[in-house]
Amino acid sequence: MKQFLFLIKKEFFHVWRDKRTMLILLGMPLMLILIFGFALTNEVKNSRIGVLDKSRDETTRTIIQGLEASRYFDLVDNINSEKDLAPAFQSGRIRLAVIFEENFGNHLDHNNSASVQLIGDATDPNVATTLINYASSVIMDYQRGQRGQGASPYSIGTEIRMLYNPQLKGAYNFVPGVMAMVLMLVCAMMTSISIVREREMGTMEVILVSPIVPIRVIMAKLIPYFLLSMINIASILLLSVYVLDVPIKGSLMLLVFECLLFTVTVLALGMLISSVAGSQQVAMLASLMGLFLPTVMLSGFMFPVENMPILLQWISNVVPSKWFYYIVKNVMIKGLGFENVWKETLILFGMTVFFMTVSVKNFKTRLE
Amino acid sequence: MSTNTVISVKDLTKRFGSFTAVDHITFDVKPGEIFGFLGANGAGKTTAMRMLCGLSLPTAGEATVAGFDLYRDAEKIKQKIGYMSQRFSLYEDLTIRENIRFYGGIYGLSNQQIKDKTAEMTRNLKLGKEVDSLVKSLPLGWRQKLSFSVAMVHNPRIVFLDEPTGGVDPITRREFWTLIYEAANKGTTVFVTTHYMDEAEYCNRVSIMVDGRIEAMGSPGELKGKYEADDMADVFLKLARGAKRSDN
Amino acid sequence: MKAVTVSNIRKSFKNGKAVTEALRTVSLDVEQGELFGIIGPDGSGKTTLFRILTTLMLADEGTATVDGLEVVKDFREIRKRVGYMPGRFSLYPDLSVEENLTFFATLFNTSIDENYDLVKDIYSQIERFKTRKAGALSGGMKQKLALSCALIHRPTVLFLDEPTTGVDAVSRKEFWELLRNLQRQKITIVVSTPYMDEAGLCDRVALMQQGSILDIDSPQGITGKFSRQLWSARTEKMYDLILSLREMQGIVSCYPFGQVHHVVPEKDFNITQAQDKIRAMGFPDIDLAPIAPTIEDCFMHLMNHPENRMTAGRNNEH
Repeated sequence: MKQFLFLIKKEFFHVWRDKRTMLILLGMPLMLILIFGFALTNEVKNSRIGVLDKSRDETTRTIIQGLEASRYFDLVDNINSEKDLAPAFQSGRIRLAVIFEENFGNHLDHNNSASVQLIGDATDPNVATTLINYASSVIMDYQRGQRGQGASPYSIGTEIRMLYNPQLKGAYNFVPGVMAMVLMLVCAMMTSISIVREREMGTMEVILVSPIVPIRVIMAKLIPYFLLSMINIASILLLSVYVLDVPIKGSLMLLVFECLLFTVTVLALGMLISSVAGSQQVAMLASLMGLFLPTVMLSGFMFPVENMPILLQWISNVVPSKWFYYIVKNVMIKGLGFENVWKETLILFGMTVFFMTVSVKNFKTRLE
Repeated sequence: MSTNTVISVKDLTKRFGSFTAVDHITFDVKPGEIFGFLGANGAGKTTAMRMLCGLSLPTAGEATVAGFDLYRDAEKIKQKIGYMSQRFSLYEDLTIRENIRFYGGIYGLSNQQIKDKTAEMTRNLKLGKEVDSLVKSLPLGWRQKLSFSVAMVHNPRIVFLDEPTGGVDPITRREFWTLIYEAANKGTTVFVTTHYMDEAEYCNRVSIMVDGRIEAMGSPGELKGKYEADDMADVFLKLARGAKRSDN
Repeated sequence: MKAVTVSNIRKSFKNGKAVTEALRTVSLDVEQGELFGIIGPDGSGKTTLFRILTTLMLADEGTATVDGLEVVKDFREIRKRVGYMPGRFSLYPDLSVEENLTFFATLFNTSIDENYDLVKDIYSQIERFKTRKAGALSGGMKQKLALSCALIHRPTVLFLDEPTTGVDAVSRKEFWELLRNLQRQKITIVVSTPYMDEAGLCDRVALMQQGSILDIDSPQGITGKFSRQLWSARTEKMYDLILSLREMQGIVSCYPFGQVHHVVPEKDFNITQAQDKIRAMGFPDIDLAPIAPTIEDCFMHLMNHPENRMTAGRNNEH
């Protein structure tokens, strides 16, 4: 045990003394969270919109005021005819157009139904959807307000409700995604690099020639990165809650447990990479291409898995981050309990055991 | 510059902050001479050689290399010198022909000149068809002779060799020195830095640096006589044992 | 019991289609307490042999024992007993001198205090720098630290792979003195080096070239076997002299050797005749003198004359 403790201490020296890398490892999650957080919310804040009001009555004016009052929209243009729409979009002057039909107020008063057209610039589909949702919710507000006054039972278009994220905060979904990304980098990439470095330096030769069971040395290597990951998880959660106002809806204990499980999964992946990579560059490339990229592309955090081609959907099933992302999203944002994520947890657990076994089995006691 | 010196150095000094890496060194090297530049690790050899190659500016002192002033004409100096370090001069994933082409290009040789040089090297080093094989497929000894020839591709007046023959077998090593003799015989000055004392024995003259200063200079025979030593290693030991810098 | 036995070991490596024969039937014995040198240039197979003996690699053919234990079967036991210093000094540059030593002691489940007497001579020389990072040490001190690390668990056999490569002459000399002192502590030392001039510092040496052993003997034994009279030749025009001598009849070889050329003549070489002949060739100042061969002369002679090499089987001289 004394032996093992010193081995761990030695690894801490390595991590601690490489100040620049440590700073990156600890600073990166903060950067990522803040960049994603502010970039995503800024994107839909103060978006320029245009209004083509063919009706110009009391009702449309109230709704337009509602739109103007929202912090998401800046009314830049009153559009006079349909043919002005295309140039306005093309020049990028507006990202959303709201078109009220003629006699909008009349229709609403007399037919109890009126139609409004929302046109979004779908070059960025996510932003367009978000904007349209915002606009519809403003219109809905108006409708609800009217109803509250007990006037007439109007109905404008369909009712849209935003579940789990009523203000449509972008930050909500990326928090679990950033967590998966950070753990991939810290645990998988850094552990694999640090194991391969020993081989490149020739110290692995001496370790192998000693009576120590080499896997112990490797295990000792994992511990500092495990702790570093704990710090990162804590800082991500704190930032989310206190800076980005993303609350943790579910059980904190459960969330932390799932994070720990995923950290171990990723450490095992790092070991696996180190057992096949011949040099530090290869280890880095393998972690980036083989782990980091799938985390970004296939975990569902950037692109919804349901919209992917069926083949990619299949592949996404073997990406551990997908399961982790799903679990954290459900526990943290939807507030679901273990009974709703036990299957995914089991899959993650299975993967961890598998990776651990393979990498320990793969560990050679000789050079060849 | 007098006609019979190709390197002329007077009180050359290089300081890094409060640390004097090279401390007022003075020497001349004649054309066609094989000049050994010896010293322990950290004695200041590398710093001195970098200055002579025009890679770093001296703090004080004067020097001309191949007729050019070190301060004003560093770029012209580079045209007139060749450089070979232990093993890294050649691209292993290029063929010999491509390496010659590359280095010839760097020194502004014409296509015809490069062609002639390639033919000449193929003949002299008995390369034959190997000229089109990758450098990494060649035995170490060949590679070493080849990188020397490549360092000479632009017929430099001075060639700097940085520990040229570590690790090769003794016959290859002698063939390598035969090449150096040949180059010196044709008038090229050979400037060898090394800390292997048996390489010093091949030089016409050697200087031994200790703690940034030149402590001894002369032909190996003279030095052995002066320090009552059997070989250059012994001379070196007697001088370098007094060094303060190496282990501090 | 011999400290090390190697019997008909072969090893080759595949790299794509190319097959490199790193060791072609190598056999040798090392006595207990011996300082045994393996001398050869880069690529002669020294490192491969060390790796097989330290149980890091498996041989394709042949058997080997270390301290009486078989390298394949008893590899775990061997790992407890040998000390190994790989070619590139294997230290952690970001750990201090003391931390490095503690780490290697820990690997063997021992501590610096427990075996301090063993490394005292060496470690005391660097102990005043014990808080300094290993990466900031000079070559000579790194080498001493690496040796301390290889010794800290009191090994019976010490394998040092090119410990003096890239180290300056002063440190090299000190290092060999340290090895001599270690020998008094009854540790068998097997050391490899590309420098022929270090052969004379060993009890016995094996000369290796391209995976084969050229000869195994004491340094005196090896030079004693040199069958010709060796001459040194000297003149003003040294380069021209090489070319002329290589053309001359009755000369087997002529190589530059520092300030002189070493000339190996045929058996029936007549020195006075030759001297006159060389003078007439345009070297009036020629100076020929008989000299004793060095290990390097012998090595070159064995490279050029495979028929004089030791046969591949077991060497029975000791």
